[in-house]
Amino acid sequence: MNNGKFGIFGGQYVPETLMTAVHEVEQAYEKYKADPEFQAELDDLLKNYAGRPSLLYYAEKMTKDLNGAKIYIKREDLNHTGSHKINNVLGQVLLAKKMGKTRVIAETGAGQHGVATATAAALMDMECEIFMGKEDTDRQALNVFRMELLGAKVHAVTSGTMTLKDAVNETMREWTRRVDDTFYVLGSVMGPHPYPVIVRDFQKIVGEEIKEQLMEREGRLPDAVLACVGGGSNAMGAFYEFIPEVSVKLIGCEAAGLGVDTAQHAAAVEKGSVGVFHGMKSLFCQDQDGQIAPVYSISAGLDYPGIGPEHAYLAETGRASYVPVTDEEAVEAFEYLSRMEGIIPALESAHAVAYAKKIAPEMGKDQIIVVNLSGRGDKDVAAIARYRGVEIYE
Amino acid sequence: MSDRIARAFDHGKAFIPFITGGDTSLEVTRQLLIAMEEAGADLVEIGLPFSDPIAEGVVIQQANERALAAGCTTDKLFDVVKEARKTVEIPLVFLTYINPIFTYGKEKFMKRCVECGIDGLIVPDLPLEEKGEIQQVCREYGVSIISLIAPTSKERIKAIAQEAEGFIYVISSLGVTGVRKEITTDVAEMTDMVRQVTDVPCAVGFGISTPEQAEYMASVSDGAIVGSAIVRLVEQYGEECVPVVADYVRKMKGAVERA
Repeated sequence: MNNGKFGIFGGQYVPETLMTAVHEVEQAYEKYKADPEFQAELDDLLKNYAGRPSLLYYAEKMTKDLNGAKIYIKREDLNHTGSHKINNVLGQVLLAKKMGKTRVIAETGAGQHGVATATAAALMDMECEIFMGKEDTDRQALNVFRMELLGAKVHAVTSGTMTLKDAVNETMREWTRRVDDTFYVLGSVMGPHPYPVIVRDFQKIVGEEIKEQLMEREGRLPDAVLACVGGGSNAMGAFYEFIPEVSVKLIGCEAAGLGVDTAQHAAAVEKGSVGVFHGMKSLFCQDQDGQIAPVYSISAGLDYPGIGPEHAYLAETGRASYVPVTDEEAVEAFEYLSRMEGIIPALESAHAVAYAKKIAPEMGKDQIIVVNLSGRGDKDVAAIARYRGVEIYE
Repeated sequence: MSDRIARAFDHGKAFIPFITGGDTSLEVTRQLLIAMEEAGADLVEIGLPFSDPIAEGVVIQQANERALAAGCTTDKLFDVVKEARKTVEIPLVFLTYINPIFTYGKEKFMKRCVECGIDGLIVPDLPLEEKGEIQQVCREYGVSIISLIAPTSKERIKAIAQEAEGFIYVISSLGVTGVRKEITTDVAEMTDMVRQVTDVPCAVGFGISTPEQAEYMASVSDGAIVGSAIVRLVEQYGEECVPVVADYVRKMKGAVERA
């Protein structure tokens, strides 16, 4: 690997003003990655603050109902703050602290990464500012207030499409404004090197736990690991440990919105092409002039026009496959898992549940699917109600 | 590398205006190129619009949005530059992001640059580490890549300056483009470091709007670049902006000549 390249993907395509900062993060990460004291502190936070390891739950009713492969659910929704985002954030904010930074900034889509960052900043006494698209502050109003409760300042971003992509733009702009004391806590396996590597390393614990827990329960590897993909952090976390285990199918579920044959989707692998944006060469939804497309998904966390560069590489080499899941399928899966197992998934994670519903019946009863349930769905209840035509007030 | 760019700096300090291509309309862009040359511009930076210009402040972000909404495309902007080139002799460079170049096709893009008279490219999200993305094809077609130096560059300045061609864009301030009341960076220190390594001229941009700022920046470098202040005039006057911008350019050119 050079300059953080995965095949042709990755790189460091950021303004000169940020290059020194990006190198500084890279050097600090290399140093602390190998530091036993840093790792011990992080392990302690993950165990005693975030609540790791998360459970690997056998979804017996769902398995019986679908009458095919055995379904296990990795319960990242049970982590503190309600999603996998805390794994990465604890690592990055601890790293920022070690680097002597006093302020963290972050983008957020659904608000899960923003809430996690605000939480870690509160815990570690850092100033915190979160950038969130105006459309997302509207559809995830509760998370905005949650971040503010935790002491963060939330900026509603009104440029462009006012969603996750624009939140990333604005956080990068803010970083160029104030770079000396500020650390950018990037929420997914994307952006300029070293972020795709850092975020993957802080999330790979998910796959490591899945492997260990499943070995204990079943004495074998899964046949397929499913996860939703926006930028791709929970998917990379779940997949990484299994990349060398070629018998394990790795399946990323992209947001197909109203359908990949409409303009209203966010399926970067299915419908995108190679481009360079947000610091990385990867796959993006864009037009023939390289203008980034205004993508759409019902779930704010998947409403992103690109995908992390390592996913693009896994897609290109065929090691992982990426499938589109529509809003309607995701909402159905959201309701299905709630009723079937008493687990309300995040709308993002519901995309992976939906695909499990689709393929489990076609698989043998001796086969095993693991669905990474990246977050809990409390934040989405009002959106689902609206989708079903019910007006409720939070 | 383009000879035309070198000529922009041979007769004293240069004034370099920026406009967003297709802002208001492509016809306004064509008229502005002609009028700014007549008003004394030594080189013009033309922004090839991009949906997500992460190095730009609000003024130029909105100009990008206006231009795209008005139907500006890469091909149409090339055509307008070609049309203006019938009379315009000063060097013209595109300021754009790497994705529009990459996605259009690097080779095809450079070929069009040569056909239409674009002498160089300023690509804010293409740092030294990634210059290889287009360096080869730019050399083949003789299109200069204009390097940028930021207040945070420090020990990187030497390496960047050694490879520089055309001119060096010295970013005066942290942050994104936009008018600033005060510029606190020690720009002279940056240009001194560049001059230890190379004879390639340096022009300073980001935050400059007044004749006093332009005069000062030109006094510690080889020229001043002004973007947002001009784009604001285009925004304010729309179709009627051409004489207003020309007056502004004349005034600013006068200021850099005093430096």
